[in-house]
Amino acid sequence: MTETPVTGDVTESAGGRGAEARPAPVPAPSHPAPLPGDDVIRTQGLTKRFRGGQLAVDGLDLAVPRGSVFGFLGPNGSGKTTTIRMLMGLIAPTSGVATVLGESMPQSVASVLPRVGALIEGPALYGFLSGRDNLARFDAADSTADPRTRRRRVEEALERVGLTAAAGKKARAYSLGMKQRLGLASALLQPRELLVLDEPTNGLDPQGMREIRALVREVAAEGTTVFLSSHLLDEIEHVCTHAAVMSRGRLVVQGTVAELAARAQGRLVVRTPDVAQAAEVLAAHQVADVVRGEDRVDGELGAPGDAALPKLCAALVEAGVRVHGFGLERGTLEDAFVALTGEGFDVAG
Amino acid sequence: MSQADSMSRAEALPVLSGAVTSGRRPQTAAGFLALFRNELHLTFRRMRTLVLLGILAALPILIGVIIKVNTDSPRGGGGGAPSFIAQTTQNGLFLVFTALAVALPVFLPMTVGVVAGDSVAGEAATGTLRYLLVAPAGRTRLLAAKFTAGLAFCLAATAAVAVTALATGAALFPLGKVTLLSGDTIGLGEALPRALLVAAMVALSLAGLVAIGLFVSTLTGSGIAAMATTVVLVITVQILDSFPQLDAIRPFLFTHYWLSFADLLRAPMYWDGMLKNLGLQAAYIAVFGSAAWARFSSRDISA
Repeated sequence: MTETPVTGDVTESAGGRGAEARPAPVPAPSHPAPLPGDDVIRTQGLTKRFRGGQLAVDGLDLAVPRGSVFGFLGPNGSGKTTTIRMLMGLIAPTSGVATVLGESMPQSVASVLPRVGALIEGPALYGFLSGRDNLARFDAADSTADPRTRRRRVEEALERVGLTAAAGKKARAYSLGMKQRLGLASALLQPRELLVLDEPTNGLDPQGMREIRALVREVAAEGTTVFLSSHLLDEIEHVCTHAAVMSRGRLVVQGTVAELAARAQGRLVVRTPDVAQAAEVLAAHQVADVVRGEDRVDGELGAPGDAALPKLCAALVEAGVRVHGFGLERGTLEDAFVALTGEGFDVAG
Repeated sequence: MSQADSMSRAEALPVLSGAVTSGRRPQTAAGFLALFRNELHLTFRRMRTLVLLGILAALPILIGVIIKVNTDSPRGGGGGAPSFIAQTTQNGLFLVFTALAVALPVFLPMTVGVVAGDSVAGEAATGTLRYLLVAPAGRTRLLAAKFTAGLAFCLAATAAVAVTALATGAALFPLGKVTLLSGDTIGLGEALPRALLVAAMVALSLAGLVAIGLFVSTLTGSGIAAMATTVVLVITVQILDSFPQLDAIRPFLFTHYWLSFADLLRAPMYWDGMLKNLGLQAAYIAVFGSAAWARFSSRDISA
């Protein structure tokens, strides 16, 4: 996994605004950059209201740093796909600006999109064409793609997603997993600066999910920025360096995955048969919210952890508590989400 | 990709890792035309297109056999082509004109309606449209490619009728000197180019319909709805064209001059109706082509 050195803090949006003045998360390049900052995707007040009056995306301020694997997280119906469609120039925003690779969308579609590979809302294929011919067609659609290298690039893309053996089969005979791979292959027909993947593991079995995630890591390691939308928290935690969380069309939070997870405060957990005694000791050492469980006590560590922990452990032992286990349980992104939104993750907006 | 190429790109944009080439790639003429080629390939490799062409090709065979069997009663036949059928028994070449005259009002526009009507809507329905647009195909370019493929289908469809008609006519009836509608007689060598000209006129007569079908196709996300609308439109317009009370608008209906190709079989050829036809088709292409472009280039693609 490629961890980018990040100095940026977690920006929390109050009413969807407030992501300005975010420090660039990667070292500035030595030569002058033609891009404003170094964000591959940047939106300001991006809003989409559909004709029916439904507000799908509301004042979105998003910043995706170059080189990151950016998780775009939210329950189904929270506005992720609508945002992606606006970023790809498929639908026009009602208000606000979207910048991709330094150029505004949807005006610069022709110069930006050849450098972007995309998988949007699942694969869509010509059932009466073979997998290979499907790729050739999508490649022919890009007027900057060289027809002389098409055959080679198609074969390489097929190889990369493991579809070489099935390339001659009609796409209508493909399983959902194979279609998903073929969609991914079409996003990989060219070296891309940005890969936008909307729910890339939808409908895949665990083995397929692992393969897709491995591919995402591989592509990211080559320097491609990956923008990955998902409603699966553990998917984001597994592959992403950065994440943003959407809820009901609004951006709840964005930052690095580590920072987000850290928001869910770790809890001190002591495993012991002497529950009552342990709880007393912990309470005496400024541990708040002490909860007694069966053979375990946990609580919120008040003081910064590292220094206090050995003392606490010693105090427990001194008090005669039989300590079977002692440690901090790290918060998960899911805890962070619940803490941030005060709602469960499965709520559809 | 040449090394000098990737180096100049590396200078143009800051890249974290050298593995990914970045920056703009130039658009090439070959790359631009690739979509047009691919669109033709897509149209003519579809089983549906081949079935439509097969039906069109079967039509002249059917007509030829019927005429052969009923040589005793050569009268009859519909609308604008009674004289063609009578002539066919004398000369097989006339089966080309008979078949085209029968196919033009109904069969040809129906197949063109299917192909043009489904062109954009069908891709929207299957979702492939969004992938073409993010490739990026360019909305205007995609529309132009669809229109070109539609025109190519008109040519292929007309050719399917004309060629099988010629073959069937030659097999079932005598060939030889051709008596024109004006009574003059010309040799077969002189008549064949006229047949080719007739086929070309018929194919061009359908150009306006391609533009209409394309426009309808940009309005909906359902291929079936677009095909049905286009075909119903063709039938409705032809019904309207049969009312003498509507004389004021009839000359502006795109089907009005369709059968004017018969004037090519006079000596001298009488171009008035055909020029009007071509002008009318051009006007329909301009109007509905612009409408399709205006609609498609501003539309939210949410399918």
